[in-house]
Order: sequence, then C-alpha cells, then structure tokens
Amino acid sequence: MPSTIVVRRYLKPPLFLLCLLPFIWVAVRAFGIGGTSLGANPVEAVQDTFGQWGLRLLVITLAMTPLRDWFNAPWLIQLRRMLGLFGFFYVLLHFLTWLLLDQGLYWPGILVDIGKRPFITIGFAALLMLIPLAVTSTNGMMRRLGKRWKSLHRLVYLIVPLGVWHYYWQVKADVREPLIYLTIVAVLLGWRLWKRLPARNAAGWTAARDRIKQ
Amino acid sequence: MLIRRKRPGDCAHVQPSEITPEGVYLNRRLLLQAALAAGATGLGAAAWPTASQAKVTDLSFKRNQRFSTTETPNSYEDVTTYNNFYEFGTGKGDPVANSGRFKPEPWTVTISGEAEVKGKFALEDILKPHALEERVYRLRCVEAWSMVIPWVGVPLAEVVKRCKPTSKAKYVAFKTVMRPAEMPGQRYPVLEWPYVEGLRMDEAMHPLSLLAVGLYGKTLPNQNGAPLRLVTPWKYGFKGIKSIVEIRFTEREPPTSWNIAASHEYGFYANVNPQVDHPRWSQARERHIGAGLFNSRVPTQMFNGYAKEVADLYRGMDLRKNF
Repeated sequence: MPSTIVVRRYLKPPLFLLCLLPFIWVAVRAFGIGGTSLGANPVEAVQDTFGQWGLRLLVITLAMTPLRDWFNAPWLIQLRRMLGLFGFFYVLLHFLTWLLLDQGLYWPGILVDIGKRPFITIGFAALLMLIPLAVTSTNGMMRRLGKRWKSLHRLVYLIVPLGVWHYYWQVKADVREPLIYLTIVAVLLGWRLWKRLPARNAAGWTAARDRIKQ
Repeated sequence: MLIRRKRPGDCAHVQPSEITPEGVYLNRRLLLQAALAAGATGLGAAAWPTASQAKVTDLSFKRNQRFSTTETPNSYEDVTTYNNFYEFGTGKGDPVANSGRFKPEPWTVTISGEAEVKGKFALEDILKPHALEERVYRLRCVEAWSMVIPWVGVPLAEVVKRCKPTSKAKYVAFKTVMRPAEMPGQRYPVLEWPYVEGLRMDEAMHPLSLLAVGLYGKTLPNQNGAPLRLVTPWKYGFKGIKSIVEIRFTEREPPTSWNIAASHEYGFYANVNPQVDHPRWSQARERHIGAGLFNSRVPTQMFNGYAKEVADLYRGMDLRKNF
C-alpha cells in the first residue's frame, strides 16, 4: 500500500494532469491545433464535453469509498477531494458555457429556462449544491466543521443522481448512455444503503428470535 | 452598369468562389473524421468509423429563385457532417461515420393506397418527367439549431399529381428503407423502425414541399438521406424523412415516428413555432450552425420564416393543440 507521501508526490500530480486532459482537448480543438476542430456546432461540443466530464468525475468521486472497501485500498480516499473538485470545475465550466456561449447572457431566456425547464432547473440546483461542498473542501474547513462536515458532504448523494437525471431528461430518444450512468450510480449508492441494512436486519432478526424464544 | 439588387424572396446568389471545392472538403472531412474518431475512442466505446466517402455525382438543374432564401448556405462540410439520421446512430457525427456501407442504387419506390397509379417504380422513372430545381431552404431542427441548405429536387406536388390520388386520399405517408445490415442504428429500438412520416394532402401539394435528390448540385450523400428524401422547410427537420421507399395515399392521418416515440413532445404537424415550446426546452431561439464558438442564439421565426407562404394552411387551427 502506498504511503501518504507516495500518494502525494507520485499519484496526485499525474492524476491532476489526467483530470485536466478534457479541458486541454477542448482548448486544442477550439484553437484548431493540428487540424482538429470542434465541428459544426462548437458551442454544443464544448458544453457537452464539460458536462459529461463533470458528471463522470463526480461519479468517480462517489466510487472512491466503495472501491476502498472492495479492494482494501484506503489510499484511494486521498484522491477523492481532487476528483470531486475537478468534477465541480467541469460542471461550473458546463454552466458557464451555457450562460455565455449558448445563451449569450440573454437574461430573459436564462431565467425562464432555469425556472421553467425541469432539466435545467435540476441541473442548476445540483450546481448550487456543489458550491458549499467545494468551499468546505479545505483542511481548515474540515477541521472547523468537525462532524457536520460529513453530514454536509452527504449532499453529493443527492447531487449526482440529479446530474444523471439532468442528462437523462435532455436526451431526445437514445437513453442508453444516461442509463449506464444511472446503473453505476445506483450500484454506488445502493451499496452504501445495503451496508447499513444488514446490521439493522441482523439486529432485528435477533430481537425477533429472542421474542419467539421467550 | 447593371446593379443586382437583392429582393426578399430572391435567390441566394452563391458565387462559385463561395463554394468549397470538392477536393478541399473531402480532405477536411477526412481530418474531421479522424478527429471524431479520436474523440470517440477517447471514450473507449466506438470502433474506427467506416468513412462514408461521398459517392456523389453532379446533377443538372435550374435554380428556383422564387422559393430560395437569400441567406448564405452552410458549408458542404457542415451540411454533410452534422445532422440527425438515427438509422446510422444517434450522434450528429454518426450519419457520416456509419453510412459508408449503405447502397442507394438501384432504388425503387412503392406507390400505394388511395391512388390510381400504383406499383413499384425505379427512382429514375419517377424523376424522369420532372426538371430538377435547386432551392436554398432554411432548416430548423427540433433541437433548436438551424442551417441553410441548397437542395436539388422536384416539387412533391408534381409527383403526387402523376400518381392520380383518388378523392379518398387525404394524407400522404412516407416510409424509410429498412436495412439493419447497412443501417446500424436500426439494430437498436431507439425509434420504431422503419421510420415513417406523413403530410396532409394540402401540405404535400404546397409548392414549398420538395422531394430532394441532391444538395450542393450533387446527388445526396448517404448521410443526408440518399437517394430520395422529403424537405418541408416550414416544419422541424424530423419531418424530412430520408431514404424513402414508399409513398402511400391514405384517408386517415398516418402514424409518424417521433409522435409514436413521444406523442406529448412531437405532434403530427411539427410546424416550426417559437411560441409553442417543446415540453423540455424552449423553441423561441435557435443556434445557427457555422457561425463559430461565439454565436449565441437568434430568434426563431414563425413557420421558420415561411409564414407568408404556409400560414393559410393552418388558418383556424389551434397550433398549441396541433403542434
């Protein structure tokens, strides 16, 4: 198992660059480097890339705890904050692309969409909920919040399903990809629920058995 | 000195210099496909796409000035690499990437239903009596993006007339070819296959309705609906059924694919209407393809700008109900 120092020195820097790759790829295509391009609908290409990577990184963040338990790899938790923050970074870029490039800061359209289009409403809600999590991600805030930090960050159990829902709702007919996300998230959250249930069930069983015996 | 003044309804005077030479766009297309493939494989999902090299040939035609917009057409590259044709996949780059194996020749079209002239006809025989004309039309997708495309085709009304529909014929129904071996998208039930569409008889007889066989002066590339497709510029793009193999005259309103898939979101009429939103998104504004990264949306026009020509067809109808 890698030590804290090994993780910090040799795992985090490459992971940082890896997480930055989608952003770099968008930038490369935006500038047309090496004959690349963003295609016929560049705004859509940028918006979709950022949105997809935001969701992917948040799902990966959500996978860190289960993976740690399944593979007995506690060091994975040290990567969780960076993954979560990159998830927020891409979700924020996704939102800003919509605000600036897609809507062109046309406020009547923006406000109506946030209020009236359910898929935009839930996407926006998810973004708003991510903000306190990003702000309280520092060591100082973790210390200051103590036990409440964990409760606050359980918001992610709501945020990620909202993100999947946001994706599912804007697809026209081909829901295969959103369903893949849904399945993965269901497993990751279901596992957490299941982990809590057996203990309760076992206790319930014992209590019931004891009652019968008496 | 002659001064050519542009009048509304005048044709788009495309200078030869404005049209991208074939060699250039073919090269660009290869680069684009490489980029798309790199993007796709980056997700670890898709295989290298089968390149759909344009097996297109030149057509002879006359420009129809009356029915052409003066707006500048989108590039051939935009028109042929970014579109929906779910039979080849649901991504906008899928049609160009996955339509290489499709064979649009030879092609027969079945005429059936409430008409005197019925049977199976070779496409050439259907087209032979008609002169091809070019029309530069706006296209508005239900997904709120738009293009301007120089189509080549024949007025649908002329073909309909030759079929001699009976007095019972109130609608015209169209069907796309069913070829899962050549159309990988048909292997998944994303929509009910084959794709079907329809028009009311007066819509089909409207001079704007076009049976297109080409674009940019050449035969249709596979990804754009070769060899025969419908173009109704005042309706959302999905009404423009592609690779048509059957034209049927019916007494009752025929079923249409997107309406079958989600009847509360896609109606039979599907007229472009900025006041009637899609249940999940706004139709008030659209993004014009081809203006780059910093083109925000522009207002959508009633009937996609063809209100003067088609509004009479829907007089007295509640367009909120008949969307």
